[in-house]
Parts: sequence; structure tokens; C-alpha cells
Amino acid sequence: MGWLSLAIWTPIAFGAVLLALGKQGQEGLVRWLALAGSILSLLVTVPLYQGFRLGTAAMQFVERHTWVERFNIHYHVGLDGLSFWFVPLTAFITVIVVIAAWEVITERVNQYMGAFLILSGLMIGVFSALDGILFYVFFEATLIPMYLIIGIWGGPNKIYAAFKFFLYTLLGSLLMLVALIYLYTQSGGSFDIATWQRLPLSSTAQTLIFFAFFAAFAVKVPMWPVHTWLPDVHVEAPTGGSAVLAAIMLKLGAYGFLRFSLPIAPDAAHQWAWLMITLSLVAVVYVGLVAMVQKDMKKLVAYSSVAHMGFVTLGFFIFNDVGMAGGIVQMIAHGFVSGAMFLSIGVLYDRMHSRDIAAYGGVVNVMPRFTAFALLFAMANCGLPGTAGFVGEWMVILGAVQANFWVGLLAATALIFGAAYTLWMFKRVYLGPVANDHVRELTDINGREFLIMSLLAIAVLYMGIYPKPFTDVMDASVAELLRHVAVSKLP
Amino acid sequence: MDTFGWATLTPEILLLVMACVIALVDLNVTGTRRTLTYTLTLLTLAATALIAGWQATQGGTAYGFSNMVVSDPMGNWLKCFAAVAMMVTLVYARAYASERDMMRGGELFILGMFSLLGMFVMIGGNNFLVIYLGLELLTLSSYALVALRRDDTTATEAAMKYFVLGAMASGFLLYGLSMLYGATGSLDLGQVLKAISSGQIRHQVLVFGVVFIVAGIAFKLGVAPFHMWVPDVYQGAPTAITLIIGGATKFAAFAMAMRLLVEGLLPLAIDWQQMLAVLAVSSLLVGNLAAIAQSNLKRMLAYSTISQMGFVLLGMMSGVVHGDAASAYNAYSSAMFYIVSYVLTTLAAFGVILLLSRKGFESDEISDLAGLNQRSPLYAAVMAVCMFSMAGVPPMVGFYAKLAVLQALITSGLPLYIGLAAFAVVMSLVGAFYYIRVVKVMYFDAPVDTSPIVAGADARVVLALNGALVLALGLLPGGLMALCAQAIVKTLGT
Repeated sequence: MGWLSLAIWTPIAFGAVLLALGKQGQEGLVRWLALAGSILSLLVTVPLYQGFRLGTAAMQFVERHTWVERFNIHYHVGLDGLSFWFVPLTAFITVIVVIAAWEVITERVNQYMGAFLILSGLMIGVFSALDGILFYVFFEATLIPMYLIIGIWGGPNKIYAAFKFFLYTLLGSLLMLVALIYLYTQSGGSFDIATWQRLPLSSTAQTLIFFAFFAAFAVKVPMWPVHTWLPDVHVEAPTGGSAVLAAIMLKLGAYGFLRFSLPIAPDAAHQWAWLMITLSLVAVVYVGLVAMVQKDMKKLVAYSSVAHMGFVTLGFFIFNDVGMAGGIVQMIAHGFVSGAMFLSIGVLYDRMHSRDIAAYGGVVNVMPRFTAFALLFAMANCGLPGTAGFVGEWMVILGAVQANFWVGLLAATALIFGAAYTLWMFKRVYLGPVANDHVRELTDINGREFLIMSLLAIAVLYMGIYPKPFTDVMDASVAELLRHVAVSKLP
Repeated sequence: MDTFGWATLTPEILLLVMACVIALVDLNVTGTRRTLTYTLTLLTLAATALIAGWQATQGGTAYGFSNMVVSDPMGNWLKCFAAVAMMVTLVYARAYASERDMMRGGELFILGMFSLLGMFVMIGGNNFLVIYLGLELLTLSSYALVALRRDDTTATEAAMKYFVLGAMASGFLLYGLSMLYGATGSLDLGQVLKAISSGQIRHQVLVFGVVFIVAGIAFKLGVAPFHMWVPDVYQGAPTAITLIIGGATKFAAFAMAMRLLVEGLLPLAIDWQQMLAVLAVSSLLVGNLAAIAQSNLKRMLAYSTISQMGFVLLGMMSGVVHGDAASAYNAYSSAMFYIVSYVLTTLAAFGVILLLSRKGFESDEISDLAGLNQRSPLYAAVMAVCMFSMAGVPPMVGFYAKLAVLQALITSGLPLYIGLAAFAVVMSLVGAFYYIRVVKVMYFDAPVDTSPIVAGADARVVLALNGALVLALGLLPGGLMALCAQAIVKTLGT
């Protein structure tokens, strides 16, 4: 078993053990075991980073075993520059989520922790899978723990949200399944993604495949207009669920575009790029405006996620290396920033049990340490230079301007909207005089919360100041992908 | 030597003899738990399953009793699975039945064995009349089983419905078989196939017969529009009996469809495939849409069965498209895999219902499962695994079942079939809605009933294994898939 398989299966194994520990009074053990499991799975990714060879687009840490012989399905995993960073990111966010839940979750702790650890392993599996069915199995299996997380530990309207989440994403994935089987038959009985990428396909076939994948990935990203599930789900999900959803799960969809849609149906991707760019711009501009009028903090951040993910898809479909790399950088940065935003809201929610912006005001007076962190994350969300949020947005805008000035201009307006809604929320929640007695009674963050906030702050600043390790890893793979997409696959 | 072919009937003979012996032994057994009868029955079933499984691994095809019966890998594996399914059913059913006054005598076990014998005869029949004979033995035992609680009005009503509609279905089937006999002059599957292949017989007559045969099979499989009895009987029958009807019996119905349609009437595939397509589409529609509205779990599972059988038909109908054997083997083995995984999942789902019910409380409303996760994480997990499996979510075995069938459809390359695959996929989404609603009730709702759950250790262990198998076969489906594929290839290839 290689390091990559260990990264996938360590959290799943720990999660399974946690599920088996069901008895009352074991909460302490459960928490420490969950922490140990999540830290261990983060440590497992260190050798991956050390062993990653730069300057090549080839798959690394490849493992390949026959899985289902009759359908020629393989357990085939590997990483390249497009997928590498999501593995440590997922493991990192899982550690944060486990610590964040420490005192907050008191009911059915073992199932909560178990679900998150299993989810972590499954998501790493999605990013590593090189076999179509393996990808699909991991991609779909993530629905089960997430469905339970939302439904068990969520807010008052959790059941509606859980159903909406499950059914929306399942519909998309099922259409993708049809496309996968179609590709299997077209390639003469192979589920190998690399084989599919070399397969010549007619224009009609490419268009159909492109839209089948689009159904799966656009819902997951989510792109406008199929984004409506996301705000509902975020509002109801527990803090940890929102953080993982925004930080990692949305990336599964964007990653799918890179691994499937672009290389398998390049002609269709070029042909429909205008549509993708339009939808991305709508997400950036219109959803940014929608975010501005939200009264609920979580909803605001959820809409801001949709707008930020619009940048990602925009970057992919302008077909130049700055834009594409920018999209990937934006995915990673958004992982840190949105995770931090949701965890900050969680800190407030645990104390006040309200997410209404109007219920707050002047939090800085009672929680100065926390507000310092919140300010940093808010700035990162606006894309302030020096924070993680800036790098990706800047690269995408640069790429967009190279492709078409007006697209770049429209994309750049997002910086203004982003700054507007984020700062406005910040002002109303944190600044000014203390609004009411509830706020006056707030206590500043404790050591545990300080720890997670610091970890996220370091990540946000590090990536903002020195993004080279991130871009270095992906350069060769992005260039290779663009070279591949530039070649027509029409027979 | 063995000119008569006794060896081909070893499992049936064992089952018949033991059923009679157990019936006699049972006369001396007192008490409502029937420990001796129960043990003997389980031992017999285990022995039968072992023999059938051993014969299946031998791999050959043997005919016996002047070509009346056949022993081939597909049939033997189905027999083996059916016997195991019956064992599991009886383990789940024992406590339930003894609490409901269904075990004053040993009828449950003896009729269960006779219905299994009927299934075996159906599975092993190589002759129209033998298949029909098996079918009648199975259904007559089932009618009696449904009516086992004779003071229960819903059960007797269900038995009545089952009997009337079942008799009608038998009539249909028999009528179709007699048409074919009239046209081809033989009851033997091989002779019929030869006669039809010769092309000497008028097509209209054959198609007329096929219509009736397909209708009869559709009744027995419980697919729309011949599904009316399914929800009523599933709901009305005592849950233990529902499991007998909805579990092992499906293997026999599948075998009957394979024997009659594929082994006997393959040249008419173009005709019956169209009929199956219509049946499959209507089953998927009716089953999935009606299931949404159900509040009774057994009724919901009944409608879900209708839709799942629609999937099996989709697998069967994608067999003969280009006339090559490989695609036919692929399609039929995917249908077989589907039915095996379906029965496995159904056993566990009904097992949970059976173990949750107590004296005077059926636990068959969906709301009865509320908060099950807090009362027993094990049962809730097993049920959740079953529901996700039926919805086709990986990594459960149901996903691979759907994958196999969809793959068979899409591989055919016909636009109609690809459209059917897309339709089936959309219908799966509708299905997912009601399946995950059960998970919702178990995990998200607060428990109404907090009484402790008591179940025998044997039943608990079997249930845990059953649930684990649904998950394990989803993670590693290769073995079972290869088994189905080989069984079909060896059976049809010779």
C-alpha cells in the first residue's frame, strides 16, 4: 500500500472504528481518537509532498490493481499537478473540523466524528481516482455521510436541506454515470480516464458527454442557475458540515471539469465555452449582488462561495495557462478562506445561537482577539493582496483580460462586490457600539478556538504571501492539459 | 446406472423427503417455538444449498427424467441462493411467527419447504408442464402461508386477492403454453426451440402464445401493469410470509422467465423484448411514483419491488440485439446479478422490520422506524445500507446491479435502449427520494417508541452479516459478477 492509498484509507479506517464505539460515556475517547486519526491522515500527506516531482505532468504515486474484472474496473489512483493540493487541503480541513467540534457537538459524537473522517477519505479518493467508476463510487459515496451530517446535526429546517442536497447532486451524478458507461462502450471496454482522454469522439457525442458531465459538476460547483441548493444547505448544516462543504466538496465539481469535461470533450468544451463563461460571469456578478442583500451571515457567505466558484469555472474556460492555474489556485484559496469564514460564523453561533446580521453589532468590544481573526478572513474573502484570496482572483482576471477585455472587466467587478458585501457584513457585525445585552455577554475565543483560527490564518497568509509552492506543483500539468485541449479529437 | 437421471434431482428429493419427515416429527413437537422442527428445517435447507452449490461448481449440464428436468450452473446457483434465502427468512421469521400464533403447528416450516421445492422444480424444469407444476406447487404453498393467520382479516383478505389473481395468472400462462404446444407439437423446451427455429410455423400463432406467456411471467414477477396484487399481498400478509414471497421466490420467477423466454423462445426475442420494454417502463413509472405516496413500509417496499423488477426486465431485454452471443450473456448475467443483489437487500430490509416487531405491534409503518438510530445503531445501519443499496448509491451492491443493467442497455448501441437507460436513471432519482426518506426517519427524527428491542442472538447475527454482505459485495462485487456471468455462459453456451 502506497502513501496515496494510506491517505485515502487512514481516515476511513478511523471513521469506521469510531462508528463502532457507540456507548455512552466514551465521548472523551472518541474525540481523542478522531483527533489522532485526522492528524495521522494529515501527516500521511507529508511524504506525498516531499515525493512530488515538479516539472512533469505525469501521474505520480500511481497504484493500479484489478477491482472488478468483468467490467475491467481498476483500483487506479494517482496524483498530478491538478489534483495534488486537494489531498493535503482535505486532510487539513478535517483536522480543523474535528477540533472545532470538540465541545460543540455533544450528541452522538462518535457518529459525527466518524462521518467526517469517512467523508475526508472519500473526498481524497475522488481527487486521486484515475478510473471512471472508482471516481464515481467515491463521488457518490460522499453523499451519504454529508446527508447524515446535515440531517442529524443541522438547523431547524435540516430535513428539507438534506433532501435537497441529496437529490440535486444525485440527479447530476446519475447523468454522469450514463456518460461514463457510454465512454466505456466507445473505448472498447475501458474505464481508464487516460484512455478516454485519447479517444476520438464525434461532435454530437462530445456535446452529449459534455452536458452529461456538466449536469454532475455544475450542480456540485455549483454554477448559476443550479446553485439554489447551496444557500439552503449551508444555512441548515452544522458548522463543520458547512466548512467541509464549502472548502472541499464544491471543489469536487470544479475538479471534475479539469479531469473529465475538458480533456475528454475538448471540441465541445471550446464550442460551449461561451456558455460556461456566461454562466460564470452571471455567478460572479449577479450572485455577488444577491449576496449583498442577505440578512443571514451563512447565506451571505454561501452566495459569496457561488460567486467565488464562478471565478474558478471562468478561469478554466478561457483556455490560457494563467486563467486555468488561477482557477485551481482559487479553488485552494477558497478552501481555506470559506472554511475560515464558516468557522468564524460557527464561533458566533455557538455563543448567540443566531446567524442574523441584525442580532449583532460591536462584537469587537467584547471579543477583540476573535475580531482580529475575523477581519483577516474577511479581507481574504474580498481578495486583499497578501491574502490567499487575492492570488487566484488576480490570476483569473489577468487571464480573462488576455482573452477578452470585457470579460476581464466584468470579472473584476466581483472584487468590488466582494469587498462591498464582506466589509458591510463585517461592519454591521463587529464594529460600532455594542448592540445589545446578548452581545455584551459574549466571551472571547478560548484556546481551542484560538488554535483553529491561527492554523487557518497561517494558511491564508502563507498562501497569499508566498504562493509559489502551490503554483509550482500545478504548472506542468496545466500546460499539458491546455496542450491536450488545443488538439481536436474529432475523427 | 443412472439412466433415469436421479442425480439431477438430488436437492429436490432431499427436500421432499425431509419435508415429509419433518412434518411427521413435528407432530410430536409441542411449544410455540418449535425448536426441533426449526433446527431440522435449517439443517435440511443448509444441506440442500450445499448440494445445489456443489452441483453448480461442477459446471456441467445434465438432463434427467427423459429430458423433463435439467441441472445446469444457472439453475443450481439459483437453487443454492433460494435455499439460503429461505434459511435466512426462517431465522428472521421464527420469533415473529411464534408471537403471532402462527406456530401452533409446524406449517410455516413445512409449507416453506414445499414452496422452496416448488421453486426448485420451476428452476430445474426443461419442459412446459414441469415448470408449470413447480409454479403451482410454489403458489399453492404461498396461498396457504399468506392465510396462516386465519383469524387476521387483512391476512385473509390478502390471501384471497393473491389466490384469485394468482390463479388468473396461472391461467394466462397455461393458455400461452398450450398455444405453443399446439403450434410446435412439443412441451420440451429444446424441441420447441427447434420447431420455432425451423421457420415452418406461422408467426402470428407463436406471438399470440408469447403474449400470454409474458403476461403470466409478468404476474409472477409482479411488474406493472400486472402488479395489482403486489402491494396488497406484501402489506396484508404477515411480514414473515411477505419475505418468503418477496425473497427466494424472485429467483424462481427469474428462472422461469429465462427458461421460457430465452431457452424456449429465443427466436421470438424481437417480439418478447418489445413486450418486456413496455413492462419495464410501466413498472419503473408505476413502482417509483406510487411508492412515494406510501406511509406503510411494507407497501412502499412492494412498490419499490415493482420498480426493481422493471430494472431486471431492462437487463433481460437487452440480450439479443446484434445476434452475438456475448451481448446476450452480458445482458442475462446482469439481470441475474441484479436479482441476486435485490433479494439479498430485501432480506435484510424485511429482516429489520421483523426483528423490530413485537407481540401486537407490527412495526410496518415508516414512522415506526423513527429514531431507530438512537434505539439501535446496528439495525438503523443495516436498514440504511439496504435503502442506499436499493437507491443505487455506491458503495452498496445495488449500485453495481444498476451499473450492470445500464451497461447492458448502453452497450447495445441502439438509440431506443440508450433512451431507456436515461429514463431508468431518472426514475432511480425518483426512487432515491422515498428510499432516503426512510433513512431520514431513522436518523433525523426523535424516537416515539423507546421500548428496548429484543431479538434472538441468531437473528441478530444473521441480520448483521446480511447487512455487511450488502456493503461488502458493493465494495468487492467481482466474485458474484463472475459467478453470474459464468453460470449464464455455461448454461446457455451448451
